Amino acid sequence: MNLDGWIQIALYGAVVLALVKPLGSYMTRVFTGERTLLSPVLGPVERGLYRAAGLDARQEQHWLAYTGAVILFHLLGFAVLYAILRLQAVLPLNPADQGAVAPDLAFNTSTSFITNTNWQSYGGETTLSYLSQMLGLTHQNFLSAATGIAVAVALIRGFARASSGTIGSFWVDVTRATLYVLLPICVPYTLFLVWQGMPQTLGAYADATTLEGAHQTIALGPVASQVAIKMLGTNGGGFFNANAAHPFENPTALSNFVQMVSIFAIGAALTNVFGRMVGDERQGWAILGAMGILFLAGVAVTYWAEAHGSSVLNGFGLTGGNMEGKETRFGIAASALFAVITTAASCGAVNAMHDSFTALGGLIPLLNMQLGEIIIGGVGAGLYGMLIFVIVAIFVAGLMVGRTPEYLGKKIEAKEVKMAMLGILCLPLMMLGFTALATVLPAGLAGPANAGPHGFTEILYAYTSAAANNGSAFGGLSANTLFYNSTLAIGMLVGRFFVKIPVLAIAGSLAAKKTVPASAGTFPTHGGLFVGLLVGVILIIGGLTFFPSLALGPVVEHLAGAAGQTFATGG
Amino acid sequence: MSRQTSSLFSAALIGPALLGSVRKLDPRAMIRNPVMFVVEVVAALTTVLFARDLVAGGSDLAFSGQIILWLWFTLIFANFAEALAEGRGKAQADSLRRTRTEMTAKRLKGPGATYETVPGTALKVGDVVLVEAGDLIPSDGEVIAGVASVNEAAITGESAPVIRESGGDRSAVTGGTQVLSDTIKVRITAAAGSTFVDRMIALVEGAARQKTPNEIALNILLAGLTIVFVFAVASIPSFASYAGGAIPVIVLVALFVTLIPTTIGALLSAIGIAGMDRLVRFNVLAMSGRAVEAAGDVDTLLLDKTGTITLGNRQATEFRPVSGVTEQELADAAQLASLADETPEGRSIVVLAKEKYGIRARDMAALNASFVPFTAQSRMSGVDLETASIRKGAVDAVIASLSGAPMASRGSNAALAFRPDPETAAATETRAIAEAIARAGGTPLAVARDGRLLGIVYLKDIVKGGIRERFAELRQMGIRTVMITGDNPMTAAAIAAEAGVDDFLAQATPEDKLALIRKEQAQGKLVAMCGDGTNDAPALAQADVGVAMNTGTVAAREAGNMVDLDSDPTKLIEIVGIGKQLLMTRGALTTFSIANDVAKYFAIIPAMFLGLYPQLQALNVMHLASPQSAILSAIIFNALIIVALIPLALRGVTYRAVGAAALLRRNLLIYGLGGVLVPFVAIKAIDLAVTALHLA
Repeated sequence: MNLDGWIQIALYGAVVLALVKPLGSYMTRVFTGERTLLSPVLGPVERGLYRAAGLDARQEQHWLAYTGAVILFHLLGFAVLYAILRLQAVLPLNPADQGAVAPDLAFNTSTSFITNTNWQSYGGETTLSYLSQMLGLTHQNFLSAATGIAVAVALIRGFARASSGTIGSFWVDVTRATLYVLLPICVPYTLFLVWQGMPQTLGAYADATTLEGAHQTIALGPVASQVAIKMLGTNGGGFFNANAAHPFENPTALSNFVQMVSIFAIGAALTNVFGRMVGDERQGWAILGAMGILFLAGVAVTYWAEAHGSSVLNGFGLTGGNMEGKETRFGIAASALFAVITTAASCGAVNAMHDSFTALGGLIPLLNMQLGEIIIGGVGAGLYGMLIFVIVAIFVAGLMVGRTPEYLGKKIEAKEVKMAMLGILCLPLMMLGFTALATVLPAGLAGPANAGPHGFTEILYAYTSAAANNGSAFGGLSANTLFYNSTLAIGMLVGRFFVKIPVLAIAGSLAAKKTVPASAGTFPTHGGLFVGLLVGVILIIGGLTFFPSLALGPVVEHLAGAAGQTFATGG
Repeated sequence: MSRQTSSLFSAALIGPALLGSVRKLDPRAMIRNPVMFVVEVVAALTTVLFARDLVAGGSDLAFSGQIILWLWFTLIFANFAEALAEGRGKAQADSLRRTRTEMTAKRLKGPGATYETVPGTALKVGDVVLVEAGDLIPSDGEVIAGVASVNEAAITGESAPVIRESGGDRSAVTGGTQVLSDTIKVRITAAAGSTFVDRMIALVEGAARQKTPNEIALNILLAGLTIVFVFAVASIPSFASYAGGAIPVIVLVALFVTLIPTTIGALLSAIGIAGMDRLVRFNVLAMSGRAVEAAGDVDTLLLDKTGTITLGNRQATEFRPVSGVTEQELADAAQLASLADETPEGRSIVVLAKEKYGIRARDMAALNASFVPFTAQSRMSGVDLETASIRKGAVDAVIASLSGAPMASRGSNAALAFRPDPETAAATETRAIAEAIARAGGTPLAVARDGRLLGIVYLKDIVKGGIRERFAELRQMGIRTVMITGDNPMTAAAIAAEAGVDDFLAQATPEDKLALIRKEQAQGKLVAMCGDGTNDAPALAQADVGVAMNTGTVAAREAGNMVDLDSDPTKLIEIVGIGKQLLMTRGALTTFSIANDVAKYFAIIPAMFLGLYPQLQALNVMHLASPQSAILSAIIFNALIIVALIPLALRGVTYRAVGAAALLRRNLLIYGLGGVLVPFVAIKAIDLAVTALHLA
């Protein structure tokens, strides 16, 4: 670890924090339907869209109708994407003549992109046409992000409203999220990335003759536009197989920094939207505070582990940090930071190979996802995931002030607890359940490239990443098989919808309740005490469940490595 | 008020409770408690497996046997907590039940006095019975004729008799109480089995206990956590097989049972029963657990002025003479006029005269004085001496009497309208003083001697000592207090300011009360109030916590969701405290239970996986002696902590009237942080004992 690294980390934190208020204020205006700076330009477009769709923008929805709209929207998105992938060979914009995507891979990929996971069982440049990338994937990159934001806003309305039968209109929310938030940021962002040296072309792959005289095909494409939304919408699906480690997908230190900022920007600002809409910005800061503590702890451990390097190599006199799988242009600090950000935020883009991290360095990304991607989290998903934990924390400890638990004036009762537990339950079921399956079935055991605890971690990481809708791969796992494609896809679907639907149910239930005015007897939820409580509940209820699996994976690998023991490479 | 004091663990309670805890192992009873039911299922399964191993021969039988034994202990301890909580109410219920069975009733056959003697259980609603001196009142009812003194000790524990009479707010009688004098006719209002005493028995026994909304929600959380741990534990065999080994079932069971929230699961119902019991001991009967919970949530307290905020009666605090009269002179006359006046006001004048002016009591007989009592017509009282005649009373009445006009038909308005003579200067001055006193919230009492106005005695509503501090406490807890009074706004404002209530409702009619409750509730607040009269019934029913006084009418008692047997309206404040304490105890033990998991993981996980990866010994931060001792210690801790916490569950966590932030900080520190740390120490200690005893 060195000062330079810590300065990068501190600078990163400062920039993200600085963006919270302005972006939060802007998004609040967008989702409460107030005029914004962009309204003169985008207002007519928005109204035009509603008119074309025959939609009355003032018509709000009951939570069931809202949920129905969310599901319908995903089903349609899935159908379109699946069709494009299966038919890409006969569709235009296919200069590299990519064939049709296999059914299980197309199923996995479509699921992956509609759920904002962007798990990639394929290599982008060797599998997909430009049309698939642009029309299929990028389009879902926008919409899956926008649905996440919409659901979060619906839940915020649940807290903010009193005795209301509706939680907003999904169609309006998803339109506004795309039109006013994602698109206006992506346009200049794309231009910036192009300036940094990222390709943006529809031309064919370039053929080059190297200095040694060998021929090489250099994959190109409309990279910049897709990378912008991939980061901003915490999608993470790379244009190239190497994702943000690829020089065309992350050319410079500056592009790396801006990409990291853009992963957290919307998620962090949504906490401010939350605070503003419930009428007390401190509530938003408290939640961001809990996220921040968990984030900084993760960064510190990973950075320390990576800078400290491998004990086994140290034993051979090879001191220094662990540079295996990292790009020299980013170095250890920026790689460790990127790894923690991308897993904290459900993004899943990588600028270094997590498989090659030290055992402890790799444990943090894994744990980040196991907690349910609530540390900033995916756009929208992070906030509503965190609010589920808030409900549980309030319910457990709120009684200790001698009142029925309440949060922001809303009583937390049986229905909210039931739904929150449902949202919490589905993640360990998918992550641990499928890992348990894969570690005993031959089809599963064929996947990992390594034996011993590291191989176990590879499997665990894959299912964790899928269910948490992260999409980053640990690497080392051959996942493009029928078994992995299907089980991972199920994990992604359950991880997305079995959280989203309970969240919307909570939103509906809360919106219908009265708001109890705060008094001296009310559980205070804006101070350090609450932040500490929340962090404790997240670690004990969210984290401890995974203690056995972590002990058998990265922990034992670390301890064995410290003792100089390695495990033989398997199939 | 009588409070039965029985120690938490008296021998008389423990015996039956132990028996009850075994009887409660019946799965049909256990299923009401999902967490403990799951424990019972795994305990039964492992017992079967153990029996098989015992016959077929297996390894580590001593270890497995001990684990299974402790699983059953865990269940018995949980049942013991509940049985003990129930047992405390049972003793009271038994004595109540005795009064009920032996009763007979004199059922009237018509309007006359002829009756037939029937068993108390044969009475129907609407029957009219005759109850004479010495009889037990056979069932709940309403006095429709007569007045009697009734001993209600059977339900209130208070032996001083109370008056029950037809009409008005003291007409309700309770089955099982005894008429001491006179004869009354009672119309029966409750059928056999649903009387007040029946409900009371059901309540104190916990038989009628239904889960409260918060308990239901908590049970969902606990069940959810249990399922999460099913996933966590059920996936371990696969992980172990990947690592090339296997984990014995008994070890998995031990991990599972220690992780699921057994501590709170075991104590949850005991906490609820104990909360009701605390109210019963406080002579308050809650008709449902929901009402007790609501009491903890109350935001606004409506308190009747008289009896709650002020002492029931006004007291003399000052003598204000008109010019030309000394205070001493006024005090002397007022004292003389009050010597024979047995009303609290009269007595307070004598006391004030003595304390402030040293005027001692005089012997009325020696003075040859005759007392003129107060009548509604004269609105004055006084004394006629040989040498003088003194009157004291309502200002208008006294002034009017001086002018010589006949008083009989004069109300105060009439006196103002037909005042025949221009007033004397003294009368004008007296009126001015009286007005000032009324403005300050007091009641003026004019005094005249031999037709000459001397001045005014200042009678004041005396705010109860310490009540101001109580309201300050309530404010700190975030509870708003509203004083309800029939006084005019001016008087009400003055008393409200003195008592330190947050708001007041003056000249309150029952409709005003109801409207106020509705208004508060519309803002999302929970309202508590107490009342006794029939006209309070709508408000009592509307309030979230309605405490009916036991002296009140049947209608009021039916409308409220609590009955205060002592009829002490001040208790509303304690009821709120008991409600809060119940919720706090539940929260504290839940937090403690969940926080315990950290240490349990660190005890069992390294022990469990040591055979697969010896490196994991590093996670054995407590340095427990062996894998078996570690697992055994964790499961023993898990069982014993239930027993250790039973006193806390029954007594409730210490409750202090401080703000929520301070409460939370304190409780989080004790039960949250304590919950993380305590098991590390305790499991280590148990491990040392287990090792020393060679149990593992």
